[in-house]
Amino acid sequence: MSEAIADTGAEAPLKNTPLHELHVELGAKMVPFAGYDMPVQYKDGVLTEHLHTRQAAGLFDVSHMGQAFLTGPDHETVARAMEKLVPGDVLVLEPGSTRYTLLLNEKGGIRDDLMITRMAGAENDGKLFLVVNAACKDADFAHIAANMPAGVTLSVLADRALIALQGPKAAAAMAELAPQTADQAFMTVNETDIDGAACLVSRSGYTGEDGFEISVPADKVEALTRKLLSDERVKPIGLGARDSLRLEAGLCLYGHDLDEDTTPIEGALTWTISKRRRAEDEFPGAEIVLGQITNGVSRKRIGILPEGKAPAREGTDITDMDGNKIGVVTSGGYGPSVGGPIAMGYVETDFAKDGTPLQLVVRGKARPARVAKMPFVEKRFYRGK
Amino acid sequence: MSDIRFTDQHEWVRVEGDVATIGISNYAQEQLGDVVFVELPETGKTLAAGDEAAVVESVKAASEVYAPVSGEVVEVNGALEDEPGGVNEDAMGNGWFVKLKLSDTSELDKLMDEAAYKEFCDGLD
Repeated sequence: MSEAIADTGAEAPLKNTPLHELHVELGAKMVPFAGYDMPVQYKDGVLTEHLHTRQAAGLFDVSHMGQAFLTGPDHETVARAMEKLVPGDVLVLEPGSTRYTLLLNEKGGIRDDLMITRMAGAENDGKLFLVVNAACKDADFAHIAANMPAGVTLSVLADRALIALQGPKAAAAMAELAPQTADQAFMTVNETDIDGAACLVSRSGYTGEDGFEISVPADKVEALTRKLLSDERVKPIGLGARDSLRLEAGLCLYGHDLDEDTTPIEGALTWTISKRRRAEDEFPGAEIVLGQITNGVSRKRIGILPEGKAPAREGTDITDMDGNKIGVVTSGGYGPSVGGPIAMGYVETDFAKDGTPLQLVVRGKARPARVAKMPFVEKRFYRGK
Repeated sequence: MSDIRFTDQHEWVRVEGDVATIGISNYAQEQLGDVVFVELPETGKTLAAGDEAAVVESVKAASEVYAPVSGEVVEVNGALEDEPGGVNEDAMGNGWFVKLKLSDTSELDKLMDEAAYKEFCDGLD
């Protein structure tokens, strides 16, 4: 048998998150990921962990991700400074609400995807909370810091951990420790104490399920994690299931489904650019991106359902029914909740319509598939009362 | 009792008469995790030792299963196509992949016996 493919590691010594010892104690299989030694799975394995998250609640350590505050004199100043780098509407964000957006380069290519929250409270006017991908965080923060005007400052929160609690029972489990989070709506953030730890609780996630991402002081995260895990509905979930969960939810993995040579329009993320931002024309690569909105793109990100049982992994060639190459799979595998193979990838725009028949060339053999709507599973976000 | 041999790639081969049954070891199925897809060769196909005999996929990744010995495929375990989890349940028994009609029994001598394989796996952990 050949070795299973390992995640790419960094050359430098691996870093640990504040939960490293707990992962080892829980029997996790640790692998290098974005420069960190991270749990890919625990004892139950990827399949069971995935299904548990969809049925109950899964707890993920995502402390490798980058967290920062961007602060300035008032919201408008900070928002407008940030909007020089992203096409998302930061200005109209309500206090306490979050937006998914993209750091773009001058060609309109995606440097990273990120979450931006406008902090609530009068004392927090002019304060944004940023969460970026682990593999990009150093470059992102350097880029943001270098592009801020005088008076707007980036402070990286290196002393904070980040955990995610996801699944249909996440809210109930969370309410045991923090009843104040129960009615919090999707894509909002609350600054609140949980069990003596000053937390930033975001109702969001990367699984398609209801749940939370909780920013916790590094020295308090192990105690909070142990408390959450003492709830029998909550189990620790590794990066393996995190990947299959996000793929079923149709969510992009940066560096795979999105990169510096892909624009938001090609990436089917046009919805992240508001009318005002289109009209203002003031984000990196705006000319290219807005031109693509008007004139269309030559390739587009789509969901793919293989017709047989064979998974089509990242890098699999996509052809038309005559065998001409029309694209490539950027994420693919087995969807445990779907009960079969699923994928996403890029195809020439003529083939991007739902239901279009395609072929996937797996191990030299063309296999039938079709373009499918994403998500592959129903999203179950909590929109509030 | 039939004689069982192992490769350093974690395949096993059990010989009865001139037919060799091939599978992956219990160690291998544990390392892979839940098997979600198995692809088997056509019967009648001739494999040389080291050729790709089958493919086994977990949620995370695909791995090849190599023929430990040379021969012609006389039977495949079609049950795995519907129930790939059978590999996890009984890797050394009902989770077998293919049966080969041996073309060169001397190839078996190059493989590890059970004790040597156990020692080999212990050295990997």
